[in-house]
Amino acid sequence: MRMLSFARRTAKEILRDPLNLAFGLGFPVALILLMSAIQANVPVPIFEIKSLAPGVSVFGLSFMTLFSATLVARDRETAFLERLYTTPMKATDFIFGYILPMIPIAMAQTIVCYLLAVVLGLPVSISILYAVLLNLPAALFFIALGLLCGSLFTVKQVGGICGALLTNLSAWLSGAWFDLTLVGGAFEKIASALPFMHAVEIQRALFAGTPAALPAHLLWVAAYAALSLAAAVGIFLRQMK
Amino acid sequence: MTAPAIETNGLTRRYGALTAVDHLNIRVEKGELFALLGVNGAGKTTTIRMLCCLTKPTEGDATLSGASIVREPMHVKEKIGVSPQETAVAANLTAEENLRLMCGMHGLSKAETDEKVRALSERFHLNEVLSRRAGKLSGGWQRRLSIAMALVSDPEILFLDEPTLGLDVIARSELWDVIRGMKGHATIILTTHYMEEAEALSDRVGVMKDGRLLALGTPDALKAQTGQEKFEDAFIAIVRGASK
Repeated sequence: MRMLSFARRTAKEILRDPLNLAFGLGFPVALILLMSAIQANVPVPIFEIKSLAPGVSVFGLSFMTLFSATLVARDRETAFLERLYTTPMKATDFIFGYILPMIPIAMAQTIVCYLLAVVLGLPVSISILYAVLLNLPAALFFIALGLLCGSLFTVKQVGGICGALLTNLSAWLSGAWFDLTLVGGAFEKIASALPFMHAVEIQRALFAGTPAALPAHLLWVAAYAALSLAAAVGIFLRQMK
Repeated sequence: MTAPAIETNGLTRRYGALTAVDHLNIRVEKGELFALLGVNGAGKTTTIRMLCCLTKPTEGDATLSGASIVREPMHVKEKIGVSPQETAVAANLTAEENLRLMCGMHGLSKAETDEKVRALSERFHLNEVLSRRAGKLSGGWQRRLSIAMALVSDPEILFLDEPTLGLDVIARSELWDVIRGMKGHATIILTTHYMEEAEALSDRVGVMKDGRLLALGTPDALKAQTGQEKFEDAFIAIVRGASK
């Protein structure tokens, strides 16, 4: 009951901020349209819709970190969290109340990306449903990272770290915008060690018809999601005390 | 003799070498409006944070309506309402949604929530701003809403931390009326920097400095004790006297 009340509040705070809607939905949609327009004139395999939409669907999730972290950091700075700490709410009510409502928002973003992709020529298939579902571990990773950053940093710092640094990292190291093997070397190794590229590869494998590649990528992203969730819960509990 | 609303026993909080609150012993009776005064760094906020279970004491304990802040923090949280110094409202939620949110935090049913929102809106004259987003309200309305939010659980003890800070004269006067209207319904602990506010509203006042309680009594008793006519002068005499 307490958790649900808090979760409803989280959803309302996120969805009522026009900037969140602009970045969460507007930006991925604009990217797909822009890249598709470029693709129409200068065809590049990576910008074909079956490759582009998966990349954008993962890149878009990086904004979930920004939304989640900004809300938590603002709640800390405005003493709103402290007020709630004086109520009989338990730690689990706070953690689930912040995380759970972000999941349908992240899924809605992925669905919008793929609906637009269908309009732009992606064949309608069961792979789209799998793509939405298999974006869940990545969504959880980004959302938990938001809870972690929001518990550690101020609103201003969150803007720099999650708004600029993370979105750039996930863009550069995911392979969404260029083939990482073309860069090679340490850059490719770092990208392989992080979850962004694996999250994109899960999505691309579904549309490329190469499901054998799924388990390894999925395991990698799930491990990062579990790790970031554990760290977020630990840090949140620490700052709560 | 009835049990006190608040009783602290050697309540102490240290941060490394700094003792923010030093063996504080206070007894606040039920229904009393008690003001905690002191210059910056006196230990008021740390005391309030400990009583609200936001900070654990290093030593000592306190009971709120019989529940220990050390051993029974969840019981304490069921008995208190807090209106922090910052207005601490959910900015993108309407005033009504903020009240409903706090009802949810305290586990009230739908029917109880409806009744509580209606009653508090009437009592605090919030009806005209209920549908407006809290973040867009003026400072005075936000304070009013913040106090109303602290009252959704019908707390036995209400903490008001600098409730009129930054408000204009009219908004402050209106809020004083609101606070006076609450007297008798709940025990109120008030912290303020405004001496006239403490004098006008409080039954008793505690003056703190360097984590210790320097003086305790009614505003009139403290004026008599220091031989001052104005309460502000009495406060200054108490604090300066402790420095000598």
